[in-house]
Amino acid sequence: MMSSAQLMAAPAITQNPPEIDYWLLSPMLVVFGAAVIGVLIEAFVPTARRRAVQLGLALAAVGAAFVLTILITGSLPEGEAGVGVAFGSVAVDPVSVFLQGTVLVLGFISLLLIAENRSGESAFAAQAAAVPGSEEEREHVMAGSQHTEVYPLVLFALLGMQLFPAAGDFLTMFVALEVMSLPLYLLCGLARRRRLFSQEAAVKYFLLGSFSSAFFLFGIAMIYGYAGSVSFAEVAAAVDEGGGPLFPDGGGRPLLLLGIGMVAVGLLFKVGAVPFHNWKPDVYQGAPTPITALMASCTLVAAFGALLRVFYVPFGPSAADWAPMLWVVAVLTMVVAAVIAVTQRDIKRLLAYSSVVHAGFVLTAVVAASPEGLAGAMFYLAAYGFTTIGAFAVVTLVRTHENGPEANELSQWAGLGRTSPLLAGSLALFLLAFAGIPLTSGFIGKFAVFEAAMAAGATPLVVVGVLSSAVTAFFYVRIIVLMFFTEPAEGGPIVVRAGAFTGSAIAIGVAATFLLGVFPSPVLDNLVPQPGQQQSESLLSAVEGER
Amino acid sequence: MAVSEITLAAEQHVTAVTSQASGAVLSNAWLLIAFPLVGAAILLLGGRRTDSWGHWLGTALPLASFGWAVAALFEILAAAPEERSFAVPVYTWFSAGGFDAEVGLLLDPLSISFALLITGVGSLIHIYSVGYMAHDERRRRFFAYLNLFVAAMLVLVLADNFVLLFLGWEGVGLASYLLIGFWQHKDSAAVAAKKAFLVNRVGDMGLLIAVMIMFTTFGTVAFSGVFDAVGQAGAGTVTAIGLLLLLGACGKSAQLPLQSWLLDAMEGPTPVSALIHAATMVTAGVYLIVRAGPVFEAAPAAQATVAVVGAATLLAGAVIGCAKDDIKKALAGSTMSQIGYMTLAAGLGPIGYAAAIAHLITHGFFKAGLFLGAGSVMHGMNDEVDMRRYGGLRKAMPVTFATFGLGYLAIIGFPLLSGWWTKEGIIEAAFASGGSVGIGLGVAALVGAGLTAFYMTRVMILTFFGERRWAEDAHPHESPRSMTAPMIVLAAGSVVLGAVLVFGYRFAHFLEPAVGAPEEAHEFHLAAMFTSPSSLAALGMLVVGAAVAWFMYGRREVPATAPEPGPVTAFARNELYGNALNEGLLMRPGQAVTAALSAFDTKVVDGLVNGVGTSVRDSSRGLRGAQTGFARTYALTMLFGAAIVVATLAVRF
Repeated sequence: MMSSAQLMAAPAITQNPPEIDYWLLSPMLVVFGAAVIGVLIEAFVPTARRRAVQLGLALAAVGAAFVLTILITGSLPEGEAGVGVAFGSVAVDPVSVFLQGTVLVLGFISLLLIAENRSGESAFAAQAAAVPGSEEEREHVMAGSQHTEVYPLVLFALLGMQLFPAAGDFLTMFVALEVMSLPLYLLCGLARRRRLFSQEAAVKYFLLGSFSSAFFLFGIAMIYGYAGSVSFAEVAAAVDEGGGPLFPDGGGRPLLLLGIGMVAVGLLFKVGAVPFHNWKPDVYQGAPTPITALMASCTLVAAFGALLRVFYVPFGPSAADWAPMLWVVAVLTMVVAAVIAVTQRDIKRLLAYSSVVHAGFVLTAVVAASPEGLAGAMFYLAAYGFTTIGAFAVVTLVRTHENGPEANELSQWAGLGRTSPLLAGSLALFLLAFAGIPLTSGFIGKFAVFEAAMAAGATPLVVVGVLSSAVTAFFYVRIIVLMFFTEPAEGGPIVVRAGAFTGSAIAIGVAATFLLGVFPSPVLDNLVPQPGQQQSESLLSAVEGER
Repeated sequence: MAVSEITLAAEQHVTAVTSQASGAVLSNAWLLIAFPLVGAAILLLGGRRTDSWGHWLGTALPLASFGWAVAALFEILAAAPEERSFAVPVYTWFSAGGFDAEVGLLLDPLSISFALLITGVGSLIHIYSVGYMAHDERRRRFFAYLNLFVAAMLVLVLADNFVLLFLGWEGVGLASYLLIGFWQHKDSAAVAAKKAFLVNRVGDMGLLIAVMIMFTTFGTVAFSGVFDAVGQAGAGTVTAIGLLLLLGACGKSAQLPLQSWLLDAMEGPTPVSALIHAATMVTAGVYLIVRAGPVFEAAPAAQATVAVVGAATLLAGAVIGCAKDDIKKALAGSTMSQIGYMTLAAGLGPIGYAAAIAHLITHGFFKAGLFLGAGSVMHGMNDEVDMRRYGGLRKAMPVTFATFGLGYLAIIGFPLLSGWWTKEGIIEAAFASGGSVGIGLGVAALVGAGLTAFYMTRVMILTFFGERRWAEDAHPHESPRSMTAPMIVLAAGSVVLGAVLVFGYRFAHFLEPAVGAPEEAHEFHLAAMFTSPSSLAALGMLVVGAAVAWFMYGRREVPATAPEPGPVTAFARNELYGNALNEGLLMRPGQAVTAALSAFDTKVVDGLVNGVGTSVRDSSRGLRGAQTGFARTYALTMLFGAAIVVATLAVRF
């Protein structure tokens, strides 16, 4: 077996070009191709038609990629966990396929929200380069300029999100992380209103994101130093043997532990676990709401996918080492975020903290380090994704006045249930799902992750989780009470009529939240390994690669 | 983990082998429930768009359920008698780890009998309502609620476990609440709805606690699991479960001491009184007791209590029925009394189960017919309900008179009509149960028969015979065809159904796989039905009761206002002071306790809760301080976080 170091040095790669299974990579290639074409469209298609072309291309690409993802499930080899493509740098296995499919569906819905264009006014700045409040900005607004670059940017981000949980080695994962993050940094700064605020959020996100990427990269260096490879399979083998080829007599544990810690920091930042969560409320609040929806759903799915892969495959054999660390982080996340959320007065900040708490719940399943934990986490992520997009879609519709900015101040929402029962009812369903009330997807998700954690002996963690749920239920229900049992305030917000795009995003959210709550078996049964089926972390391939 | 091993699914039935449903009709039995449920959803969500055709959809869907139930009956009959119990798994809600939450139906002779009654009589009442509610602008909503009721009631009787049964139980409670208060602009209707809801809560709590005890004792709530394990539990536990189930049954079926809501419930539209408060929902308690037969078999004390409650209620209801001038309230008292008969029979064990259910079904027909008749009279009399303002209506409303009359003959037990066959069965079973208790119960049933004859004859005479005592603007007229047709069908049932069920103990044998057979089998002798002492005595009571009523109301002039009552009449007219009793014994002390608890709550509990709440809020404010908005602070936090992460890992070094 060749080590990666030799592999990289060898010129053999140019003499014997490796065979790459492009079919298995096709979902990513389609999205990538569409993103590149999208850039060209900016250059060659007349302004008037750009939005329609870009949107059509983006939706078609994401839809086609989803169909391909479904088709690929059929061509996964029977009895094996998965396939490593392109030197094992991309793992195609049930987990990555499920997460990619989830990212694509949620990305599709987010695109609908992003595309919403109410009387020529989107959620994005007319001209991001213009100084906020300047004459130039005013001219662009009057001229009805639009940033259609948003669509290729979203496609690039989605490409990164597809690759992130499917990476087969640390370097690919790092590249995916950056491909995913860079477009998001930009998109966050494009809000149409309160632009300085939005730009501030983007810069903060960028600075802190770079900081965490640095941790991640240093961590990779440590791991490479320990195992002599960045491939997940070889790192796993090295960890299993208690020392890689560089430490044939054992040893090197400080390198490994330090590496685990620093890689963990990078990933925990992306999922927004406490104490790496500070960016979330600021960025969620400042970013254009459709982008917030994209981040709250797709980014969370992708980031947790990567986290699960890293902790289950390369670091899997040393679960005893990292489990206590994740215990601490999970408890901190569930407690601190729930407590801070209680006094939030802004709906977007509240949903941001709620997202942090949910990350804590998913972490309890990661701690379980079992197939059930993996399945529970994946179900939870998919269920939460649909619900959270729906919730943010509702936020986009509640405005201070016609053609005004969003009314994000919670006190303004009083009595919304009286004036717009359907909208408030949808939001109430989403909030109940967040709270984990039976017959919503949130209940099944919580049950699955807590059950897995219990089975793995993490009962104290589950107790903290349940208590934290109780605290979160308080502020979710408070919003429902505010909407339905409080008199509408004078000059309260108005609800703009949902366009076809936003309307379908909410409808899909409601349907998924309800269906996954009442009829979860078709999804859940495919994730949970049935008794007698191949056990272990078989869903995740520790891919050897085609060497 | 103990929780993981729980299964809600039916695996095996006590009395018969439960087989997996294979036929197309039975295995899709969920459609029975789905039809009316879809109707309710369309009518409620569709809004005004469905106003013009909603009531036809609302009528068609219960009819579809009825058709499905008939087909299911034939599929059940096609199986050998001992294999007529079918488990129909509907779906697995979810299974996580070792925990399976399954939803399943049980179709056996008992549940299919109920399904047929609910959908059959239910459909007739839907048809009747098309005419009866024609002038109500909220008719669509009415049909939506009726459909909701039918769906919930079917869930109740088809469930294969106590949790699903409880879901249906609450569902019918909700539908009943919505329909009693349907004319919510009337204060009395709103208050009556609230009262029904509150009184039922007491009973529901009993059922809920019973289910919880079953769950903790047996680890399952499936009928099969509970009934199989009931022998191993302690006598005290089983008796407690039995008594709590009885409490639940008393609430739903308006048995003493939870009877007070039923008379007020007559504030609802008359089709509601016929369907929910006469034919189906109020009999759910009897269903519960018969279904939970194995529990009561293991708890003789609870079973005896059931019989005694039934006997007491049958007398109390009859006495109330004697004194009411409001035609619907008189019939409501009668309903209480008749359900008392069924409860009595259900408290006798297997010997009485078939008799109870047979009477329940014939009662469903003749009582629904009587209520629809009363509704028809009210319809023609400008919604007048006071029988002292009726009189001589037989000529103005010939069809109503004829159908009401047949229902009347059936309920008083006129020989060879439906009520006679099934009531005789109960009286006979009471005497046959033996001992002084059996004689006491039998005598109560006989006295009840006399009272029934009295109050029903009174209703009949006051309404259809004698002088016209109508209000000046009353122009009584026969009701439209859509109303009379269901009345005719129900009247036909009141005449022949009893014979069909009882002749040759056909129905009893049909039910045996579900409820078990009595220890000593009785042969059916038609002659004995006429010549046995109990039957002769019942006939005598009938004649006496009817004759007394004739002398009191047929011979004498009926005053337009009720005369000053004597102590006995006042006692009956005030519903045996049940409301005063509730008020004095429960409401006032309840209010005092509530006030005390509320004080305790505000000072101590709220103090604690608020203390927790305040400390959470304060710590929240404190923690928010860390969210400064400065990127440098955030980066520092991350650095500290990284230090924590590395430190927790370093411990492993």
